[in-house]
Amino acid sequence: MLQQLGQLPMGWLLIALIAVFGSAAFFMGRVRAERLLVSTTSRMHSRPNYHGYYVAMWATVPVVLVAMAYAIFAEDLTRSQLTRELPSSFARLSPVELQSYLESVRMAAGTAASAGADRVFQAITNRYLELRGLVNTGTLVLLGLLAAGGIFFAQRRLQPNFRARAFVENGMQFVLFLCAGVAVATTAGIVLSLLYESLLFFQKVSAWDFLTGTRWNAQTEAEFGALPLFFGTFMIALIAMLVAAPIGLFSAIFLSEYASPRARAWIKPILEILAGIPTVVYGFFALLVVAPGIRTAAIWFNETAIRFGLASEPILAAQPTSALAAGLVMGIMVIPFVSSLSDDVINAVPQTLRDAAYALGATKSETVKQVVVPAALPGIIAALLLAVSRAIGETMIVVMAAGKSARISMDPTSDLTTITVQIVSLMTGETGFDDPKTLSAFALGLVLFIVTLAFNVVALRVVKKYREKYD
Amino acid sequence: MDTTQGTPAMMDDTLTLPRAADGAPRIDCRNIKVFYGEAQAIHDVSMTFPDRAVTALIGPSGCGKSTFLRCLNRMNDTIENCRVEGEILMDGENINDEDVDPVLLRSRVGMVFQKPNPFPKSIYDNIAYGPRIHGLANGREDLDAIVEKSLRRAGLWEEVKDRLTAPGTSLSGGQQQRLCIARAIAVQPEVILMDEPCSALDPIATARIEELIDELRNRYCIVIVTHSMQQAARVSQRTAFFHLGNLVEMGDTNQIFTNPREKRTEDYITGRFG
Repeated sequence: MLQQLGQLPMGWLLIALIAVFGSAAFFMGRVRAERLLVSTTSRMHSRPNYHGYYVAMWATVPVVLVAMAYAIFAEDLTRSQLTRELPSSFARLSPVELQSYLESVRMAAGTAASAGADRVFQAITNRYLELRGLVNTGTLVLLGLLAAGGIFFAQRRLQPNFRARAFVENGMQFVLFLCAGVAVATTAGIVLSLLYESLLFFQKVSAWDFLTGTRWNAQTEAEFGALPLFFGTFMIALIAMLVAAPIGLFSAIFLSEYASPRARAWIKPILEILAGIPTVVYGFFALLVVAPGIRTAAIWFNETAIRFGLASEPILAAQPTSALAAGLVMGIMVIPFVSSLSDDVINAVPQTLRDAAYALGATKSETVKQVVVPAALPGIIAALLLAVSRAIGETMIVVMAAGKSARISMDPTSDLTTITVQIVSLMTGETGFDDPKTLSAFALGLVLFIVTLAFNVVALRVVKKYREKYD
Repeated sequence: MDTTQGTPAMMDDTLTLPRAADGAPRIDCRNIKVFYGEAQAIHDVSMTFPDRAVTALIGPSGCGKSTFLRCLNRMNDTIENCRVEGEILMDGENINDEDVDPVLLRSRVGMVFQKPNPFPKSIYDNIAYGPRIHGLANGREDLDAIVEKSLRRAGLWEEVKDRLTAPGTSLSGGQQQRLCIARAIAVQPEVILMDEPCSALDPIATARIEELIDELRNRYCIVIVTHSMQQAARVSQRTAFFHLGNLVEMGDTNQIFTNPREKRTEDYITGRFG
């Protein structure tokens, strides 16, 4: 009996119970409130629905809390009790071995497929199921009591002048606050873990060496000078922005000032499709199409230069993966970020400003150049900054097309590596979490986070300032 | 209806503007029709605007007076699917002709809008914008002189002369509107169109603008659209009453307000509709 209880699908059961308790409590509360409405002569403070919600909250909130506690602690509770009851021969197992043994017990218990295994294992599995059954039963009984108690308590409080609405509204506000809190807490958690691991790294390698060293060789030797990575990241982002800034901005101006509504309705969504292409696709486009093309062009350039006696040896590195290939394709990828945001801010420039310029006899291009774009400039700058932070954080394209050599080279046809590429290669494959090699990835991640955060903060501030001006 | 009484002495003026002979119409509109797509907004309006006088266009909302005003500098060109028919003669030339460049036309016909709309530039650059794009100034000193003269004429110079580099948007609403008038004056127009220039302003700022209009009428042909009949009576010498896209009645302001010929005009002026 207990063993069968131990196999209950508790997740589904808890969700179903919460739903049943909640709706039952809601109807009970509402019915009671409606009776009050009929029997009382004074006005009710709150509508019957609010009384229903009030009772439902009392019936479900404690239950949800218990269910959450169950989800977190039930397994641990069962295992610790089981460990205490294990035969003494298990004492010589290391904690890791013990955990993996218990894990196999849990798996076997879940599928009820312990037949064929040895007797000890079978006995332990059965005991596990019994313990689990106890925990489950206890939880269910506790849930039932809590729900019944909550409904009873809440029902007794319902009076014509009871302020159920205020209570429910506050409750809703709290739930919404919790949801927002989850996002904030997650961000804080990520930042803290980044910080913690980075501090571990900086205990082994000095921060100064990390930030200013010019030799990076984390995989084989312990050389952690990240400057070449910063340089590569900067170089590729710069190439990307050289592509994206003019094309994005000019297409935004065309869309908002020159295109007919029909053309706009076509072009804008197509441009935004660019933003929806997975970056992996951009990555192999860069690797298979753009990089070989650049290499061919660079080789031709070298040969021509030598043939005409302008150089005695090749000028360009002409490597199969290059900063230029990754930068160009990344530039195309961020065009929609620039164009879409710029288009929005240009559209937000009041029509009265354009009218003013036209009424003074300005031509269309004069109006755009001297009035509309300057008025939208803060927003355009913000769009560019967001695009930069996007380019710096971009990973897939550079992993595939930028190469892995950590070097500082102004030659755009040579291969470079970036912060993100190194993080990927450090975190994939065999890694131990106390190795400076792995920890360096966290330090790189922290730098990346700080830089993109700075760009985003500046961009948002600029946008905010701009908004204040025209609202 | 001679209207030269009581205007303050004007400042020294070196701008020479082409003038129509005294009393002759500055603008002569013949059979103007305006369409927005299929809908006709103006029905066959003919009227003239005298030089050196203020003409007020009054009428209930949606009667087409602003649309008509925007015909006079072809601002309706900037609205898609808006079509204007008819002749508008300035100096004997039809401004609706194919070969009239609206850019040049608008340098001759200035416009002031309902809401003050200074550019997000400095006060100086706001005024200098028009002269710069039309190449009216030879060098910095000349431009400085134009800016100062325009601001003086708009009665704003004393208030802003110490902060010409401050943004135009930092001024108060009334000051901004005078800045916009100064900006329009700076390109040396012959005609100034005003589309409800005081509707966003408080009574004191409105009084200043009205004073200014009264001063400006010695130099320009001014056409003003207004919702306020008191304002029309105060600042204009001629008044035209529009209703449902038709010109109902046009005449000297005194006559329109004291002795209208049309029943509809009388009803509107006495507040029975609109």
